[in-house]
Amino acid sequence: MLDLNILVGGEAGQGIQTIGFVLGKVLVRSGLQVFADQDYESRIRGGHNFFRVRASDRAVRAQSEKVDILVALDSRTVKLHKNELKENGLVILDKQALGSDFAGLQILDIPLEKLAVESAGDKITANSVAAGAVLGLIGGDPEVLFKVLAAQFAKNNENVRAENLNAARSGYDYTAQRRPAGFIKLAQGEKAGPNMFLSGNEALSMGAVAGGCKFVSAYPMTPVTSILEYLAGRAKECEMVVIQPEDEISAINMVVGAAYTGARAMTVTSGSGYALMVEGIGLAGITETPAVIVLGQRPGPAVGLPTRTEQGELLFAIRSGTGESPRVVLAPADVEDAFYLTIKALNLAEQYQIPVIILTDTHLANSMTDTPEFDLSQVKIERGFLLADKEVSLLTNYQRFAISESGVSPRALPGQGQVMVAADSDEHDESGHLTEKAEIRHRQNAKRLKKYEGLRKEISPPRFIKRRGAVVTLIGWGSTYGAIAEASGLLLEQGIINNVLHISEIWPFPAEFVSEALQLTVKSVVIESNATGQLAYLIRAETGLSVSGQVNRWDGRPISASFILDQLKKGIIENGRRA
Amino acid sequence: MAEERKAVSLTENDYFSDIEIAWCPGCGNFGILKAVKQALVDLQLPPQKVLFVSGIGQAGKFPHYLKCNMLNELHGRSLPAAAAAKIVNPELTVIAEGGDGDGYGEGGNHYLHAMLRNVDFTYLVHNNQVYALTKGQTSPTSDQGFVSKTTPNGAHEALNPLAVAIATNASFVARGYAGDIPQLSRIIGAAIQHKGFALVDILQPCVSFNHINTYQFFQERVYKVEDEVGYDSADRLKAFEKALEWGDKIPTGILYKVERPVFEDSLWQADGIPLVKRKLNPQIAVHLMKELI
Ligand SMILES: Cc1ncc(C[n+]2csc(CCOP(=O)(O)OP(=O)(O)O)c2C)c(N)n1
Ligand code: SF4
Ligand SMILES: [Mg+2]
Repeated sequence: MLDLNILVGGEAGQGIQTIGFVLGKVLVRSGLQVFADQDYESRIRGGHNFFRVRASDRAVRAQSEKVDILVALDSRTVKLHKNELKENGLVILDKQALGSDFAGLQILDIPLEKLAVESAGDKITANSVAAGAVLGLIGGDPEVLFKVLAAQFAKNNENVRAENLNAARSGYDYTAQRRPAGFIKLAQGEKAGPNMFLSGNEALSMGAVAGGCKFVSAYPMTPVTSILEYLAGRAKECEMVVIQPEDEISAINMVVGAAYTGARAMTVTSGSGYALMVEGIGLAGITETPAVIVLGQRPGPAVGLPTRTEQGELLFAIRSGTGESPRVVLAPADVEDAFYLTIKALNLAEQYQIPVIILTDTHLANSMTDTPEFDLSQVKIERGFLLADKEVSLLTNYQRFAISESGVSPRALPGQGQVMVAADSDEHDESGHLTEKAEIRHRQNAKRLKKYEGLRKEISPPRFIKRRGAVVTLIGWGSTYGAIAEASGLLLEQGIINNVLHISEIWPFPAEFVSEALQLTVKSVVIESNATGQLAYLIRAETGLSVSGQVNRWDGRPISASFILDQLKKGIIENGRRA
Repeated sequence: MAEERKAVSLTENDYFSDIEIAWCPGCGNFGILKAVKQALVDLQLPPQKVLFVSGIGQAGKFPHYLKCNMLNELHGRSLPAAAAAKIVNPELTVIAEGGDGDGYGEGGNHYLHAMLRNVDFTYLVHNNQVYALTKGQTSPTSDQGFVSKTTPNGAHEALNPLAVAIATNASFVARGYAGDIPQLSRIIGAAIQHKGFALVDILQPCVSFNHINTYQFFQERVYKVEDEVGYDSADRLKAFEKALEWGDKIPTGILYKVERPVFEDSLWQADGIPLVKRKLNPQIAVHLMKELI
């Protein structure tokens, strides 16, 4: 099996992302499966950033810490990452620029800047030289690289495009002639119907478009800003209005205003912004207004680690809001989930007239993977009890909050026919007007919470890999799926038969399913990117069962298969203490 | 259009709501309710096409007492919701409203940005210079020295909402008085007809909690800028000067008015079909996928 890992590192502003992105795309076009992620600091220049590209002929859905090719654009990259090199791992660097003090490492010295100047007349193209050099080293098809580069620079003028192609060619030729014997060699040619190569945020944005979202209001915050920018840049072609308001409080109240008036509406934010929106969750709850809120988690508390990842807001999302009101929380596992669950969120929000929270994190937001095109013919727009104009014209005494079996009331829109629509943040009667009467309050609150009955049936069961003779269940939620599934496979190779239980549609909690699954193995380990074990807590609260062990990571870095295995070794496997 | 309006011929009764009014007898809000109804009748706006978005407070209850569409928002948050409603359905006449605490305190940031953004809707502020619903605390517009249970030593400098409005170049800045219904309904009518964000700050005596700024207080001080020969509401500096006047004389009327591009013009507005009436078609995502291959 091919498992190729490339790490490109250097300072912010050195074009690391371009090299990584271009290589990732070339590998996808070459028919490989690819996972790429990036690690950067909250600064525009300097510091240390890196971009990892992992490619395989099998599915890869998580990063690996074992590097085959380390592309070092500064000497700090060598220092920080040399221990991640595999036995035959190779470092590509420009000794002229970085010096030659790299004892004990297998170095492929390449004069990046010199080649850039010679081939393209500008050292700014050094990153295209580097991209070419990596491809030459692994014997990839240069024509694929040139196509990808041409597309990458499609918006630049012809000279810039040609310069970068020349630079890439010179890098390619240089290393192609210096390939160490026996080094990884790729197959030639381009795959016919290649996959998309995209990030979680791109998938989520496309889900919003396909799901009929018409109104987005959002205040910039890492890791969701790229959703706002993606949609703002395509607002016209996607027939939506995208607004950057004065703050997150405005964002959520705009969403409620737009949705009450009849547009599918969404906002995106991270923990701090979500904290400001929380009053709006209660507002959407009591006014029974559909609202989709993307909460892209990053490590808190407060500003925390702005560019890193964490799953620290599961319980916050589930419990957020004034008083008690129904909501759904969906935590996509990967790019496909990010796309399809965003559509599901927009549908459920309207079908049940509630807020729906999409709980992602920096890891899913920024990491990129390949996937076939999404199947738009599968996408159904479900607007639930939204009344058609004809139905509205037949209404005599319209009551926006009429008591119903399902808890959901027929929804007319302001300006639609002759009805008038009243919605109130105070407790109200069926007509939407303020009341303090105990029995009405009792009825309306019960009506709203009744929606959970229907919602429980809407929630798809967790992913469950079930194996005969399993001794342990690995449990996770959200973006950690790729790492957990990989860890599961590695454990199996070591003879440890295990089940995997992974939850994406997490609230209302699939308690019955989880409870049954947990009882199949003696041991169960919850793996989460947080310190306190929020899913483990939720499982206890919802099923009455305690898991036997926990693997937690809260240093802001994404969980990988090797991290899980290391932690498990310390626990269940070696002495059974943690589990 | 003119014939059609006559045919419909709406009267104040068409805006009548049978919800019991919970304001104190003598409250300035009654005058505002009357003036709003008159303005709607004058413009012959059918209640089905009017949307009130209110905040929380005595003023926030207003839309319950009028037949219309209504979204009673959170405390301080009427403006973002009103802007969004207008953007997604420009066929509605949108009127936001609330108290001075709601709009100038809790919602202060929205206030500034609503004026800068200039979405086409009207904002009525029932300015009684006190937090009435919560029983008499100091508000951002309480006169300096105003004593309440939360400011036993007297309030600090008051916010001047009209001066702030003119500083942001808000496109319509007016002051009405709840004790002068004819003028107030004229101002509200002009505000609704104005294309852009229209602010009407309304002097509203609260008979229960503000014993300083009473009907008598205002009766002795208010005058109309429209009565001043040569007053030009397009003159920003002059308007700013008027906005600073507060004491023996208090100006009312349309202090400032300017034509500015509305926010909606900067948005994608394809064929003029409101966003709420568009078909939701997943296929518009097709080309997005091609970009990523
Ligand atoms: C977030 C929030 N904070 C505080 C309150 C309590 N509250 C309700 S109305 C109000 C002040 C009302 O004053 P104003 O807006 O001037 O309206 P008035 O009652 O004077 O018309 C306050 C503080 C609330 N409902 N929500
Ligand atoms: S307390 Fe003041 S504002 Fe409230 S209803 Fe009474 S008079 Fe009006
Ligand atoms: Mg007040």
